[in-house]
Amino acid sequence: MSKMILTVDDSRTMRDMLRLALVEAGFQVVQAEDGVHGLEVLGVERPDVIVTDINMPRMDGFGFIEGVRGDDRNRAIPILVLTTESDKEKKLRARQAGATGWIVKPFDPAKLVEAIRRVAA
Amino acid sequence: MDPMEAIKVTFFQECEEQLAELETGLLAMEAGDDDPEVVNAVFRAVHSVKGGAGAFGLDDLVRFAHVFETTLDDVRTGRLTPDPVTVLKPMLRAADILADLVRAARDGGAVDAVRVQQSVDELSAHSDGSDLTAAEDLDGIDFGFAPSPLSLLEPDAAAPRLWRVRFKPLAGLYANANEAGLLIRELGLLGDTSVELDASELPPLDSLDPEGAYLAWTVMLTTSKCEDDIREVFEFVDGDCEIEIHPEGAPAASLDEPADVDAFDPMALIRKMQSEAAADGAMAAPDPAPTPTPTQAQAQAQAPAPALATPQAAVAAAGAEPAAPGPSPATSPGAAGPTIRVDLERVDRLIDLVGELVINQAMLAQRVMEAGLAGASAIGMGLDELEQLSREIQDSVMAIRAQPVKSVFQRMPRLAREVAAMTGKQVRLVTDGEGTEVDKTVIERLADPLTHMIRNAIDHGLEGPQERLAAGKPAEGVVRLSAGHRSGRIVIEVADDGGGINRAKVREIAVAKGLISSEAALSDEETDNLIFLPGFSTATEVSDISGRGVGMDVVKRSIQALGGRISIASRPGKGSTFFMSLPLTLAVLDGMVVSLGDQTLVVPLTAIVETLQPRKEAVHAMGGEARVIAVRESYVPLIDVGQVLGHRPGAMPAGEGVVLLIEADGGARAALLVDAIQGQRQVVIKSLEANYRHVPGIAAATILGDGRVALILDVDAVVAASRAGEPSAPESKLAAVG
Repeated sequence: MSKMILTVDDSRTMRDMLRLALVEAGFQVVQAEDGVHGLEVLGVERPDVIVTDINMPRMDGFGFIEGVRGDDRNRAIPILVLTTESDKEKKLRARQAGATGWIVKPFDPAKLVEAIRRVAA
Repeated sequence: MDPMEAIKVTFFQECEEQLAELETGLLAMEAGDDDPEVVNAVFRAVHSVKGGAGAFGLDDLVRFAHVFETTLDDVRTGRLTPDPVTVLKPMLRAADILADLVRAARDGGAVDAVRVQQSVDELSAHSDGSDLTAAEDLDGIDFGFAPSPLSLLEPDAAAPRLWRVRFKPLAGLYANANEAGLLIRELGLLGDTSVELDASELPPLDSLDPEGAYLAWTVMLTTSKCEDDIREVFEFVDGDCEIEIHPEGAPAASLDEPADVDAFDPMALIRKMQSEAAADGAMAAPDPAPTPTPTQAQAQAQAPAPALATPQAAVAAAGAEPAAPGPSPATSPGAAGPTIRVDLERVDRLIDLVGELVINQAMLAQRVMEAGLAGASAIGMGLDELEQLSREIQDSVMAIRAQPVKSVFQRMPRLAREVAAMTGKQVRLVTDGEGTEVDKTVIERLADPLTHMIRNAIDHGLEGPQERLAAGKPAEGVVRLSAGHRSGRIVIEVADDGGGINRAKVREIAVAKGLISSEAALSDEETDNLIFLPGFSTATEVSDISGRGVGMDVVKRSIQALGGRISIASRPGKGSTFFMSLPLTLAVLDGMVVSLGDQTLVVPLTAIVETLQPRKEAVHAMGGEARVIAVRESYVPLIDVGQVLGHRPGAMPAGEGVVLLIEADGGARAALLVDAIQGQRQVVIKSLEANYRHVPGIAAATILGDGRVALILDVDAVVAASRAGEPSAPESKLAAVG
């Protein structure tokens, strides 16, 4: 049974690239365009890992992660944030919001898959 | 197509969208909008472009976008006030440069490096040197000690070594869905491990906090990896746990065995001290865990140890949600309902088919009528319903391809900025009615004429700032671009508050170029419209801006090719306004079907003002073959369409036939003489050029209900031809369809 990854990013380009990398690695992929959409998708799907961007309209990554952590059903799902810089501040903020780990953009597909492996049981 | 190539195409498409958002947002900010969501959207636009560019290795673009993003971030966080002059104007220029860089990346070509650097300098002037890139290098444990130069001192750095790793998660680690088990598994990937659990702090079950952290592990790891690699395993949870990594038996033992070079490892000693310092640092920072969340599947079964209870309680008491930004409630600009992307070809095909459907339905109705089955019968009613339905389907399908003119209007502000800069004028472009929808076929062909008109308005219409101030006007000129629907057509206006048309000069030039005779008496309006005549140009030197030979006549022809009309109104000292009216779609036409002999012709309804039965007495000869007809108080040129198109060798006798009074461009009127009127109908336009070739006087063709082809008259061309007194050209005999 392949794992399901939920990717949340407002950029179509990014979503396409994530899907390409993940499907090639054998994962199942579901996608959302922003935090609000992401929470909606979580109401229907049960992903094993979530990968989310930070800067998004309607609800950003931090808001989304908090939303996930605040919901009983989904709060134990590992969440990886996509960050464009290895900015310590942003990482700390992501951790504070509840992120499990991070991936730096532009992402190397191998590193993406590695990071997922590290946090998924 | 290689998947990455396909994504690259998507990326560039997305860039165009982001660039549009960027400009819209910046303009809104310039106009005073301080809604934080607008600033966020602007930031995100540049951030997105940068992100994608990075993925495709478009370095120039990434570099510039980064500087731009940094400045925008300052505005977003409030460090920099978005002053319209010192901040927003440079940002608008930066947006233009970003757009150029994107297109250069997409299409090849380069952007002037000087321009780019200028913009970078402008933007950087605002950040106080706090460069985000500096932060990027200070990640992790990089204390400037590179192990490689010292590898000579560690000849067997590759040899496996025993490490003791003590790992104690804090509650925050679990709260973030990290799992101790997974981390220990990661360690296991580095080498052989033996793991020992320390459950000494596990409280009794009834005093256990299910979300607490009570367990610790000691892992003896044999690996040839260095300490940094081991520490990296815990990279995600740094701060949410206590980590101690010691090489077994190294520093302490080395003092007892100085001769053992392997054991005495100055680097390991230093690193150990650093790691302890780091661990201390990590511990000193209060653990800002969010509201305690669920435990992992680890069995925990005793009362909380007092040492742990306190931080837990403190966290629980602090209890409230962490101060992360809540979701912004503002609607994202431009968010419409759910949308779907469709291949344009499919839509075009659908529209064609619907067009055929309409023709077919008309044919059916005709046949039924001829067969005498129409009327109140069930068939007649059924046909009526069918017609109704076809019409609705056609309207709906047309609406699919209808787009707001916004996509065309959007390019104009940048154009205005550039022309203003080149001519040294100050301009503000105001747009109105961007949401007005027009068929895609029309939209695409609007851009050029609009561009010329705006260039013209700024270059020739508006005065320079000095002149304006002297005339009591504000130094900044306004050009207003608006669109709206009016009686089944789309009306677009380009208005400027400049000096208006210099009528004396225009007349002079027209006479000098032989376009009008020196005695011609023209109304103000007619004088203004002289600028549309071919060969006319008021610029004594062809300016770079308006281009060589691109006069208003070219603009007019483009508009006419779309089936539209253009005219100008001007008030000296106050400004000029161009009015354009265009059909909503190029695919369908409301027409008056008329007969010319045994031929059927369609005349666009929009051009027809009224129809008359000409009386013999009303028709007068004017010298030569020209005739006029008296309509109320004025005389209107009478055009015998049958003769002009070559259906008839001679003119129709006066008093016969039917007259269609038409209004061509510029308000000029003419009377078209035809044999009879068959009726009014909506017809589907079929291009004659695409299927045959261009025929003078004929705009297009259509298929009537009875299956015959009918030609659609190009009213303006016919009027122009007869005015110029051209005899009917031999080719026009082909305007008869067998």
